[in-house]
Amino acid sequence: MTSLNGLVLVCLTYVAFLFLVAFAAERAAARGQGGWLRAPIIYTLSLSIYCTAWTFYGAVGYAARSGMEFVTIYLGPSLVMFGWWWILRKLVRIGRAQGVTSIADLISSRFGKSNSLAIFVTAMAVIGVTPYIALQLQSVTLSLSVFAAADASTTFDRSTAAFWVAFGLAIFTLLFGTRSLNTHERQHGIVIAIAVEAVVKLVALLAVGIFVVWGLAGGVSEMMTRIDTSEIGQWQTDRARWVTLTLLAGIAFLCLPRMFQVMVVENDDDRQLELASWLFPGYLLLMSLFVVPIAVMGLEMSPGANPDLYVLTLPLTLGQDELAVLAFLGGFSSATSMVIVASLALATMVSNHVVLPIWLARQETQAASVSGDVRDVVMLSRRVSVGLIIGLGYLYYQFSGGSEALAAMGLISFAGVAQFLPAMLGGIFWRGASRLGALAGLSVGFGIWVWTLLLPSFGAGGVLPDTVLTQGPWGITWLRPEALFGFEGMDRLVHAVWWSLSLNFIAFWVVSMFTFPKPLERLQGAQMVNVLDNAPATQSWSATAAEAEDLLIMAQRLLGSEEARALFRDEAIKQGLEGELAEPTPAFLQRLERELAASVGVATAHAMVGQIIGGPGISVEDLIAVADESAQILEHSSQLETKSAELTRTARQLKDANTKLTQLSVQKDAFLSQISHELRTPMTSIRAFSEILRDTQDLSLPDQTRYSSIIHDEAIRLTRLLDDLLDLSVLENGQVTLNRATGTLKTIIDRAVQAAQPVGVDPLIIMRTPDAEDIPLETDLDRLTQVFINLIANARKYCNADDPELTISVTETTGRIVVDFIDNGQGIPEGDQMVIFEKFSRLGDNDGSGAGLGLAICAEIMERLGGRISYLHRSSGTGFRVEVTKAQALAAQ
Amino acid sequence: MAKHVLLVEDEVNIIEAIRFLLTRDGWNVEAHADGGTAMNRIRERVPDLIILDFMLPGKNGLDILRELRSEDRFVDLPVLMLTARGQEQDRELASKAGADRFMTKPFSNDAVLNAVRELAPN
Repeated sequence: MTSLNGLVLVCLTYVAFLFLVAFAAERAAARGQGGWLRAPIIYTLSLSIYCTAWTFYGAVGYAARSGMEFVTIYLGPSLVMFGWWWILRKLVRIGRAQGVTSIADLISSRFGKSNSLAIFVTAMAVIGVTPYIALQLQSVTLSLSVFAAADASTTFDRSTAAFWVAFGLAIFTLLFGTRSLNTHERQHGIVIAIAVEAVVKLVALLAVGIFVVWGLAGGVSEMMTRIDTSEIGQWQTDRARWVTLTLLAGIAFLCLPRMFQVMVVENDDDRQLELASWLFPGYLLLMSLFVVPIAVMGLEMSPGANPDLYVLTLPLTLGQDELAVLAFLGGFSSATSMVIVASLALATMVSNHVVLPIWLARQETQAASVSGDVRDVVMLSRRVSVGLIIGLGYLYYQFSGGSEALAAMGLISFAGVAQFLPAMLGGIFWRGASRLGALAGLSVGFGIWVWTLLLPSFGAGGVLPDTVLTQGPWGITWLRPEALFGFEGMDRLVHAVWWSLSLNFIAFWVVSMFTFPKPLERLQGAQMVNVLDNAPATQSWSATAAEAEDLLIMAQRLLGSEEARALFRDEAIKQGLEGELAEPTPAFLQRLERELAASVGVATAHAMVGQIIGGPGISVEDLIAVADESAQILEHSSQLETKSAELTRTARQLKDANTKLTQLSVQKDAFLSQISHELRTPMTSIRAFSEILRDTQDLSLPDQTRYSSIIHDEAIRLTRLLDDLLDLSVLENGQVTLNRATGTLKTIIDRAVQAAQPVGVDPLIIMRTPDAEDIPLETDLDRLTQVFINLIANARKYCNADDPELTISVTETTGRIVVDFIDNGQGIPEGDQMVIFEKFSRLGDNDGSGAGLGLAICAEIMERLGGRISYLHRSSGTGFRVEVTKAQALAAQ
Repeated sequence: MAKHVLLVEDEVNIIEAIRFLLTRDGWNVEAHADGGTAMNRIRERVPDLIILDFMLPGKNGLDILRELRSEDRFVDLPVLMLTARGQEQDRELASKAGADRFMTKPFSNDAVLNAVRELAPN
């Protein structure tokens, strides 16, 4: 019986061996003897990281649970490999041409080097791959527990074991993967270690399979009969699930960050793909060859055991310890190679798209020198990221309880990363794809994945309450995670995959159709979509006559027809050619670029000429420069637009202000001449009569008295006029301060009637209703009194009835108090009613007692008090209505 | 026979002052506050002199003057205009419309008397 300690020792020896191999490979590469490291066979073997512990252990479990469905996991990638000419070839070419470092890098650089997109993809990848890493931890832990169960000398705690497994894997990854910095250099050490592990896991699985078929079942034909009689043969395959899973496995094969790493980033040339296109499906075939026999025998011999572990438990229970250890190493290889590559691929993404941009932005603000520090920072951030990602996997394992069947966890990851497909494929096949489209598709797909698959995977009552699963969030049934839009009865995975992918595609397509890509996006799009059409790069410009014509057409568009023709004609003469189509010699191309640069900028000119000539591909620097130029032009033009809009606005404002000033000036002149008239008139009387008094010797005493009193009256009139003017000016400027006090309407009317009382006989009879007047209110009592005095005095002065009467009536309505002043005179002619509240609107008033300011003042006062005064249109008599808002009245109560 | 002066003015006190001054100087003073009435009176009995206030309710002084000057028989009728507005452009308007003399209120009594004597010498 192999002890647990012995097993750990075997593991460590195995790891040391892998190190040695990796070290030797790197030494050889450094000495320039590493040609064989690029052999297509190594590349094929490195692709085997697709077969993780999930495939190694889980395929058997999958077969034991669901029959032949496990085949789809191998079928999808095989189809992708067979069809490498269409998709993989293009991806690999783009990867090489653009120096792509990860799938996040590919998507972001396709869509205009958008870092937000890169961050988004990185986050999605981390979230999507975390269950997968947890899966590896779980499988290693489970396999250890199998040995521990048979070893009575040790106590085994799974959670502790999982921690040490995670810790060991992290150390292993750090030692392997983060020593060299340059992601563009091939990681020979890792690649060769993975190739070795690929061989180990295949050999291990084949060994167990051979043991099972020939050792246990007793030969192939025996095995076949057992399979026929076992329940695996009876499993019904659900066609929808079959198609979905095949598709999903194929998509995941393309989109998984670790697969992208070995398949695209580490690819050197197309020959590697050519071999892998048939050899890798062959490898998968071998890996799946004994899955069914092992599952059948496992079910037969230990029906109660975990089917995920038959690969281990079958040899163990039959005392085949060496075989069991080999099987364990196979599983260990599957887990370690996956964790190393996946965490490195993710760490590169996190470090390049999240940590570095933040760090560079901070450096920029601190204005520190950069170059020396970057290497340390990149290294550190990559190491920390590796630790964090494996730590996340460990946490997921702990949180999910490690209870899920291996295959289910793996499929959740598959469906998550599959969401990259629309953006990736759309990006490399469709020039119209835009950044916003990619962002929309990714968010929609990822959101649906989280809602329909990730969250329900924790089980009812896990993350989502049971009611959400059965009745939808907030009772919205069509949002139920497992029956979106009311599609019930579908398999959870099929449901999630089709909804997320189809809506992802639709969002991506629709938003792309309705948004306009930026110049850099368009250029990158053209570069990627046409990557296979580009002739092999040559360093100097070389062109044919057809290109000369294209150049002329382009130049005409930018420079204008005449100028472009002149330029070409001039050059043609220099070249000693007939006609006007100059040959595109390097010297001429340079000249042309200079001319074009004057109108579109250097980078754009270079890029445009480059596109036509098909010379050296446009570098990333060119593209960024193009983007900068376009951005600057856009900024300038938008600034100009803003400025011009501002100027227009200012001009309009000035014009308005001028009109207003002119109006004001006219009004002011009219007002001044009015005031002048009103002041000079009483002064004229005063001067005339004072001169008469002074110069006339024989004036009779009654005349003297009379003239003196005229002078006196006119002086008073003058004073009152000045008072009114000042009053009005203060009211109009809003400088008046209101002295609010409480009182009753009755006392105010009392005071007004008394103040308006003339000294002599008063012919005017004032009719009141004292009971109705008993309303408390809070307002400026003096000002309101002033208004009432004015109205009473006006009635007295202008009411021309034989027995003049003034009725003061009070009504209380909702919201306000209304006081009406109505006399029995002849009223005010309709034409004049409009102007009575205006300044100096004296109507046929010849006695010189008023300047026409009274009602204007009243109107101003009422406005200040928050009420109003208006003329009452009546059939007889003159009526004025004063309204005081009730709020003031209520405030007193 | 005393000379006849027609005063068009809407301020009662000013009418009284001018009436006092001119009566003592031997004038027969007829006063009207309203331009329309004044025009009718002028047509009935042509005065020797007209004293016209610039700003009047209804038809103003300038209108009356223009109407007056549009009739041949009143072209040479001496007119003294009074104004309380004190604006320079009024003087121009008045002179264009045909006023013989233009005085701004408040005036000195002597100035009025002198102007009247000048415009309609005995």
